Amino acid sequence: MATETAVDVVMPQMGVSVSEGTITKWLKQKGEQVEADEPLLEISTDKVDTEVPAPASGTLTEILVQEGETVDVGTKLGQIGGGAAAPSGDGAAPEPQAPQPQAPPEPATQAAADASMAAASEGVGDVAPSEQAEPEPEPARAAAAATSNGKTFVSPVVARIASEHGVDPNQVEGTGRGGRVTKKDILNYIESGTQAPPAAEPQPAPAPTPEPAPQPQAQAPPPQPEPAAAPAPPPPAEKPAAPPPPAAAPAQVQTGEQLEPMTAMRRGIAEHMRRSLDTAAHVTSAIEVDMSKVVEIRKKLKSEYESAYGVNPTYLVFVARAVVDTLRDYPWINGEIRGDKIVTRNYVNLGFAVELQDGKGLIVPVLKNVETLNLLGIAKGVTDIAQRARDKKLIPDEVQGGTFTITNPGGYGTFHGTPVISQPQAAILGTYAVVKRPWVVQDEVGNDVIAIRPIMNLTLTYDHRLVDGALAGRFLRDLRHRLETWDESAY
Amino acid sequence: MAELTYLQAISDGLRTEMRRDKRVFVIGEDIGVYGGAFKVTLGFQEEFGHWRVIDAPLAETAIVGACTGAAIMGMRPVAEMQFADFISCAWDQLVTVAAKQRYRAGTPVPITVRLPSGGGFSGGPFHSQNPESSFAHIPGLKCVCPATPEDAKGLLISAIEDPNPVLYFEHKHLYRRIKAEVPEERYTVPLGKARTHREGDDLTVITWGAMVYTADEAAQKLDSDGVSVEIVDLRTVMPWDKAAVLESVRKTSKALVLHEDTRTGGFGAEIAATIAEEAFEDLDAPVKRIAAPDTPVPFSPPLEKAFIPQVDDVVAGLRDLAEY
Repeated sequence: MATETAVDVVMPQMGVSVSEGTITKWLKQKGEQVEADEPLLEISTDKVDTEVPAPASGTLTEILVQEGETVDVGTKLGQIGGGAAAPSGDGAAPEPQAPQPQAPPEPATQAAADASMAAASEGVGDVAPSEQAEPEPEPARAAAAATSNGKTFVSPVVARIASEHGVDPNQVEGTGRGGRVTKKDILNYIESGTQAPPAAEPQPAPAPTPEPAPQPQAQAPPPQPEPAAAPAPPPPAEKPAAPPPPAAAPAQVQTGEQLEPMTAMRRGIAEHMRRSLDTAAHVTSAIEVDMSKVVEIRKKLKSEYESAYGVNPTYLVFVARAVVDTLRDYPWINGEIRGDKIVTRNYVNLGFAVELQDGKGLIVPVLKNVETLNLLGIAKGVTDIAQRARDKKLIPDEVQGGTFTITNPGGYGTFHGTPVISQPQAAILGTYAVVKRPWVVQDEVGNDVIAIRPIMNLTLTYDHRLVDGALAGRFLRDLRHRLETWDESAY
Repeated sequence: MAELTYLQAISDGLRTEMRRDKRVFVIGEDIGVYGGAFKVTLGFQEEFGHWRVIDAPLAETAIVGACTGAAIMGMRPVAEMQFADFISCAWDQLVTVAAKQRYRAGTPVPITVRLPSGGGFSGGPFHSQNPESSFAHIPGLKCVCPATPEDAKGLLISAIEDPNPVLYFEHKHLYRRIKAEVPEERYTVPLGKARTHREGDDLTVITWGAMVYTADEAAQKLDSDGVSVEIVDLRTVMPWDKAAVLESVRKTSKALVLHEDTRTGGFGAEIAATIAEEAFEDLDAPVKRIAAPDTPVPFSPPLEKAFIPQVDDVVAGLRDLAEY
């Protein structure tokens, strides 16, 4: 039934620090009938682009904010139901309820959180904290509060079972209120996954078997399509803008192989990596930096920092400090493409790729407003945030909002790499091992001589849609200059 | 085995202990010549004499105080409050003296106080209350709330046997309404052990006293929805069988706590909080409480019906949980 009383459609709160959003598209027109939880409009905020589900069933009687307009969180965008503007014809009897589309409008809370946590960059990979089609939990709560818990709420027992079995609750069809996944739903899902072979449709695959199934018995349960990279349940919720999800190749178990369930984080990383490569035109430029000055200053500062502040001024910290200064001159490298506009900023939120201790995932905590921090401030910030990342104590806001990312695979001795950009950022810097190399320098009378110098390679991987090679080259040149002529007093 | 009413089972338990143990005596208002307001002790004075079946003045403080003193001197007194509501007069003797004596002086106080409690027959605000949570809150007191005739007898014997002050809440609405087979011999039902009144897989109702029957009727209605409801009858609210409750909740993941006492600070709050603390990761829905509203018990029959949780209220609560 159409709602008798008017229900407001408001701009949802998309994250604790987001205060406004832009309407990118109304998916329904004035006078159209909508079902509760059906995608109603698309919005864009600086964290995320997402769909807003209808808070109630009824007729969309008013559209108050047009496409392209940006308004504060909580602003009334439109109205469902109410006498205001009855649809043409008999307002008394809006069409009978269409058979429930049962569209899961939002991904599950856990999944969204994991995905944004996973948003990361690694030696060779990097994902966005919150990219295009990955809405946060808030919108559902804000927008759909009137009707139900929505599919976004994952109860404690479902969360526990999901993590024990490595299942993404978002892949489970929910039968609870508002499509919530109940304990029974997830247990049935797991049970069906380990037993019945899947129907021959490209449905989301039944659950992965929780056990790694190490027995090489070849007649192990009929190989399931691993839902690992499987897309969310198929139909209507599919975000129009979402790039094709990675194919869910059936995982055939051969003799000697083992199957291991994919964690939500792994899936998140996989999806983000793919999405980033599908989005940005990746190009990598590299430069060699003579770190003599930094090495010398670091030697001096190390014991002081460690004894007085308990932090280690790593090379990464020096590089970060120099990056922030250099970015000031290259706003596009600290920017992003949003729609048909280029976003630049007067601040730098620096993401740092952190490997998790089990070596099976990574996270990119973001240090905010790094332009306000000196060398010591960055050292403390990086130490704190990396530790909390490893302890899993980060809050979602701390893995979002990055404007530029640094990844440091050099710890293992690698000297080059081509990381993947964390969407929607424009570039990512890779730092590599500092190694002593024979280096041609000029002596005091101007003759070329070979000296032993600590050299570090830096790579800038940038989105060629926004950043051209020359710009990237100048950025790297200036960054190198800052590091090679490090002025202790200025930091 | 004989079929006894809940009330007859109480009499039977009391008589069994009085015959077995000469230290046991009963004291209360009108319990002797008159046989008690509800006739629980009818014929007792004839059998046991007026020294062991003592008519007391209208002075609950004196009744509980006398029992406490006698217990300290080695007796096993059983006091009857004519209505549970009147126990407020004896609060000081119970809470300040009886409950603390063992802790202060090491002296056991094996008294049993029988409390005809509960509503459902328009008794109004002074004759219908279920004050168990007030006393469950007092360290040193035990609170027993039998639901069945068999438990009524077995728990009463355990209460009398127990070396601590035990409040025995007997629900008036069950007195003559509930009948069941009760063993003739002496037996005990341990304090602090819950009973699974009904097995089920989908929802757990935790309750006690007369509400066990309300829950049972509601559960039968849920059967037709294909929802199977487990009912845990706590039998004693202090000590209460946490393990049994948690075990059931871990199985069903959805819990409804039901009691006839008022909601705020009712014993259900303690149970709900414990489930949230200790079984959080097993929950698939918020723990739900159904209880009486925070008012005195009304006289008017329709109002009293609105006050005491009814089968329909429980059905609605269970459906809500089932659909969650």
